[in-house]
Amino acid sequence: MKIKNTAVDRAFIAVNYTLLTLCFLLVLYPLYYVVCASVSDPVEVNLGHVFLYPRGFSMEGYHKVFAYQPVWIGYRNTIFYTVVGTAISLAVTLSCAYALTRKELLGRGFFMMVITITMFFGGGLIPTYLVVREMHMINTVWAILLLGATSAHNIIVTRTFMGSSIPGEIQESAMIDGATDFGIFFRIVLPLSMPIIAVMTLFFGVGRWNSYFNELIYLNDSKLYSLQLYLREILVRNQISEIMSAEDAEAAAEQARVAEIMKFSLIIVSTVPIMCVYPFLQKFFIKGVMLGAVKG
Amino acid sequence: MAAQLNVQRRKRTPAQLGKKIILHWQLYVLIAPALIYYALFHYWPIYGLQIAFRNFVPTLGITGSKWVGLMHLKRFFNSYYFGMLVRNTFVINLYSLAVGFPVPILLALMINEVERSGYKRLVQTVLYAPHFISTVVLCGMICSFLSPSNGLINMIIKGFTGREPVNYLGNPRIFKTIYVLSGVWQSSGWGAIVYIAALAGIDPELHEAATIDGANRLQRMLHINLPGIMPTITIMFILRMGSMMSVGFEKIFLLQNSLNMEASDVISTYVYRIGLQNAQYSFSAAVGLFNSVINFALLLVFNTISKAVGQSRLF
Repeated sequence: MKIKNTAVDRAFIAVNYTLLTLCFLLVLYPLYYVVCASVSDPVEVNLGHVFLYPRGFSMEGYHKVFAYQPVWIGYRNTIFYTVVGTAISLAVTLSCAYALTRKELLGRGFFMMVITITMFFGGGLIPTYLVVREMHMINTVWAILLLGATSAHNIIVTRTFMGSSIPGEIQESAMIDGATDFGIFFRIVLPLSMPIIAVMTLFFGVGRWNSYFNELIYLNDSKLYSLQLYLREILVRNQISEIMSAEDAEAAAEQARVAEIMKFSLIIVSTVPIMCVYPFLQKFFIKGVMLGAVKG
Repeated sequence: MAAQLNVQRRKRTPAQLGKKIILHWQLYVLIAPALIYYALFHYWPIYGLQIAFRNFVPTLGITGSKWVGLMHLKRFFNSYYFGMLVRNTFVINLYSLAVGFPVPILLALMINEVERSGYKRLVQTVLYAPHFISTVVLCGMICSFLSPSNGLINMIIKGFTGREPVNYLGNPRIFKTIYVLSGVWQSSGWGAIVYIAALAGIDPELHEAATIDGANRLQRMLHINLPGIMPTITIMFILRMGSMMSVGFEKIFLLQNSLNMEASDVISTYVYRIGLQNAQYSFSAAVGLFNSVINFALLLVFNTISKAVGQSRLF
């Protein structure tokens, strides 16, 4: 049954499209501007001549970024933290979530409570820092890899998925055939959990890629710095090397100029891996958020 | 009935419990890493929170340090910064809530009315994109757009009105607006997903019936869609309340400078500064504890209110 839109409805639709398109442009423009500025002549950008399209096409910014060593140290470290960290997170989260779906697990309710409480209450920055120091993990990759190994929210989402979309009968029949709990987990549950594994890989992966807080607090050796920490130096603090004395003020000015040129290209270079995968994986992200919404 | 209960009770003798555990030992192996993680990185710090009531000296350890009771909390309440920190934290939150909470709901309602699926997908793809930009990059963009020397915003304003460039980030009066609006830009689209999902669950028959009764689209949006997603809105609101007194450290820390400090210094940045930079562990742990207790209390209060008025609740 299709009912024709009345005049009021048509007006409503027109207003709706206009407002939504406005929102769309407001969100898009800053992103678009960064892309334009990154391929424009730095002088034109500096003079504020770039608005709607690139001016004086130039790849100088990208050349500077590719020639700038620390960015690549950061890049390498971030890839390491993201790949290994995500693998750890997946292992911890998936296995814990599966165990929590099984009625045979004694103290299931208690474990669930232990995990849920951490969503609402924690020790806070200082006590956590002292614990990490106590374990001699300051300035090691372990602080970065192990902190945030899992999260209550992601465990609950994964558990909800495994509990609701994998038929219990399959597991029962496997049990009767003599499968162990490990066997059921690795051979039956994991292969059937691919959608949630995709979601979790993306959630953890993006989180790791973008994180800078733990790196800022627990690392002080610049060889271990992640990309985001180097980005902070250049984008926010507008300086290239941390050590700057009054003597080389001229060098500092030159560095500030180079940082200014690199800025926009650097944003692109650092965000491109995520922006490339994002549109293809959008439906997985959305599924993840929806699964989370089901259980608060 | 009684016999059944008896059977169940007999099942739980210690010997049989032990047998059940041994039979399914592999499940405990699977859950162990997560439990160890929580014990080490969440419950040990919670245990360590007691340094808020002690004079923590690293060489003496947690329990070896002297107990001083509420001294640190009292010092914080009486400190020069207390009023400013609590006010900034609270105002930034209230401001973010007032502006940032309704926007995703409106976006979801608007997106839901779009019938052309190609356009819908395009809008959604772009609106979700800023969520994936890191905080550092976002703040880099803010700094660059607002820069007094060559920032985009200043250039546009100068181009239209001829006004001289302003150092926005150095102005404490508009710091909070910058913080809130950039947050709206980054997370509104993503925040709308939950509501879009809820809208998809609304029974289409309601719309058909209302259309036959002569309701137009706006009326259906207000009287069917909005009430339909009310439970989701309530849950999101309670969750949001639970972080009413905590401001995300990451963004504010990056945007903070000596000029806007009076408007941008919040509890979390203060804890970082005195705790990690000045190594006053006990004092800053006490400040952090004060913060989380208020948060938790607010969460409970709003959950209870919601329960009392018959709305959905968290627990």
